[in-house]
Amino acid sequence: MNNIEEKELKSSEEISDDKKVLDDLTSSEYKWGFVTDIESETAAKGLSEDVVRMISKKKNEPEWMTEWRLKAFRYWLKMEEPTWANVHYPKIDYQNISYYSAPKQKPKLNSLDEVDPELLKTFEKLGIPLEEQKFLSGVAVDAVFDSVSVATTFKASLNEKGIIFCSVSEAVKEHPELVKKYLGSVVPYTDNFFAALNAAVFSDGSFVFIPKGVRCPMELSTYFRINTQETGQFERTLIIAEEGAYVSYLEGCTAPIRDTNQLHAAVVELVVLDDAEIKYSTVQNWYPGDKEGKGGIYNFVTKRGACRGKNSKISWTQVETGSAITWKYPSCILQGDNSIGEFYSVAVTNNYQQADTGTKMIHLGKNTKSTVVSKGISAGHSNNSYRGLIKIGKNAEGARNYTQCDSMLMSDRCGAHTFPYIEVENDSAKVEHEATTSKIGEDQIFYLNQRGISTEDAVNMIVNGFCKEVFKELPMEFAVEAQKLLAISLEGSVG
Amino acid sequence: MLSIKNIQANVEGKEILKGINLEVKAGEVHAIMGPNGSGKSTLANVLTGNKSYEVTGGEVLFDGKNLLELDTETRAREGMFLAFQYPVEIPGISNATFLKTALNEIRKYKGEAELTPKQFLEKIKEKAKILGLDETLISRYVNVGFSGGEKKRNEIFQMLMLEPKFVLLDETDSGLDIDALRIVSDGVNIYKNGKNAFLVITHYQRLLNYIQPDFVHVLYKGRIIKSGGKELALELEEKGYDWIKTEEVETENT
Ligand SMILES: Nc1ncnc2c1ncn2[C@@H]1O[C@H](COP(=O)(O)OP(=O)(O)O)[C@@H](O)[C@H]1O
Ligand SMILES: [Mg+2]
Repeated sequence: MNNIEEKELKSSEEISDDKKVLDDLTSSEYKWGFVTDIESETAAKGLSEDVVRMISKKKNEPEWMTEWRLKAFRYWLKMEEPTWANVHYPKIDYQNISYYSAPKQKPKLNSLDEVDPELLKTFEKLGIPLEEQKFLSGVAVDAVFDSVSVATTFKASLNEKGIIFCSVSEAVKEHPELVKKYLGSVVPYTDNFFAALNAAVFSDGSFVFIPKGVRCPMELSTYFRINTQETGQFERTLIIAEEGAYVSYLEGCTAPIRDTNQLHAAVVELVVLDDAEIKYSTVQNWYPGDKEGKGGIYNFVTKRGACRGKNSKISWTQVETGSAITWKYPSCILQGDNSIGEFYSVAVTNNYQQADTGTKMIHLGKNTKSTVVSKGISAGHSNNSYRGLIKIGKNAEGARNYTQCDSMLMSDRCGAHTFPYIEVENDSAKVEHEATTSKIGEDQIFYLNQRGISTEDAVNMIVNGFCKEVFKELPMEFAVEAQKLLAISLEGSVG
Repeated sequence: MLSIKNIQANVEGKEILKGINLEVKAGEVHAIMGPNGSGKSTLANVLTGNKSYEVTGGEVLFDGKNLLELDTETRAREGMFLAFQYPVEIPGISNATFLKTALNEIRKYKGEAELTPKQFLEKIKEKAKILGLDETLISRYVNVGFSGGEKKRNEIFQMLMLEPKFVLLDETDSGLDIDALRIVSDGVNIYKNGKNAFLVITHYQRLLNYIQPDFVHVLYKGRIIKSGGKELALELEEKGYDWIKTEEVETENT
């Protein structure tokens, strides 16, 4: 490996320098805040006003933030957990969860030999470099990642352009005027049960602000793979693109995350002003539970973007292969005239996974356009539902929507469901909906087999072809990993 | 090269092949003719290992190997190729990606190095030229939106790219106009080199004017009821299948 050769060429001084950078990065003082403060306490189980106050205090938040959390909490107390989604799980006891804990310290291991071989196999298939594998699985690392130095230079060039990219906790302190103006402005805490819960107890997340006229010069990931590990249970993300600004944001991490927190309830808010654009891509592969359906993450996310300005655009692309239960509807509120909303989704379920996902496109402005392309793949005993709302308001003169919703079944025991809701209040609007469901073609597999391609590769090819329209929306590197991920989650699902 | 001994096969529990015997040597072209539903495609599916077809008896040796023990992809890598009667569409996957994957799998199996992108491209260009294939077809999704003729031509193109030892052509002439028929046959004739062999399935004699068979066999109700030289094809063209059917009935009665 390159890394090792490079290391040998370096002087010992350089090595200790590098090590210092890495230490800084991973220690509590790391200035950019993407590695959350390392605290040793864990709050007792249960949720109360005191717990909310405690969380806010631990994070040294100003009074207004504490108040906002408390209001959310009081509102949440009056709410009922939603039951309309096509997912089934035992009732969650919200008093049996700890709402504040220090970032989980992974057990320190001495070498990769001590790591779960299953995990290593997955790393290998994803082509994750050896040093990163060590980091991800908690093996002490003494080498340096390229991304450390990249991160530093990267940060400097962002600052120059006036781009703010930091944690929400930091933004609350450093940029309170922006946070006050935008936090909860797209997803108010009154929105739904999980959004209220998140507002009360959110741990941390990313804050991005792109000022007027600035095109963010690089894809913003939630920091390279190494920094995306401890995002916590109740993540909160806020991205603002001012007039004429552009940013492409990549969320998630294609490496397998073994998190013991069962309930995840994140909130993501996007605000886009005149002529601005946000492209938001997600690859999610949290622990889906074992083959019998035991364990796994419940992923209850509220993601919403507001196209506030004219000619603004939001594009959501998601590849969902993980979690035991997914409840997720990235949405666009198309307020500005001529604004555009897009949703491209691949959702894969295997074994006993359940996914209820889709989008809401709310057309309010004139000549607003939305495109929805959803590809659902179900294998094993899983259940995969698309749920989408297209709403055309009465002032949305000339609004257009095109929805295409395709499902592929890999077995006879899985399910695919489509729940399209369409509400049109303006006669000049055009709404098109197309849906297909098909079983993966045995004739296709045989055809590829007959050309020397194994069944496993054949299935991957057919599935990748099926998802092509979505993958081509992903940034190149992400697309390659997404394809590999798909292969891993569908392993052994046919034949 | 290929030795088929008393092959019997069922489809959905129904006996379709009732004991087929056939010996094909390197350099030979055999034609299998017979009316619709006589089991020609079934034979092709059995030889390529389609799991919907259940072999209930008999044996097939392919260059001395027990063919029926191998799975479909291994047979393909060993050099067994079927030009499909109904080529299948694979949306989202380009012809080029598909062919590159297939070719590299076969090369890997033979212990050969993968082709570099440049070598691959050159090979594509060379073979496409033989068939007068529009190069845009190569970047299009496998068979998606292809005309009937384009699909058949694409099958022969794949044959030229993958260079199999044994080629099964299942009704490759159907749906082709006379020009396309000539191009496809030229492709096959150019590929013929004395080391490979062909089994040409057709129920019209037409194709055999272009691809000259060394032997012609008539398959009827799951049995080869008559074999001969290429003149048998002409005779069938002239008289239809009825006279053989009658002959067969007579043999059965005796
Ligand atoms: N996949 C299949 N499922 C059901 N029946 C089949 C299938 N394939 C072939 N058959 C039956 O087997 C018989 C032989 O068919 P086939 O081999 O396609 O004949 P040919 O190619 O000579 O026209 C026919 O009666 C046909 O209906
Ligand atoms: Mg046939």
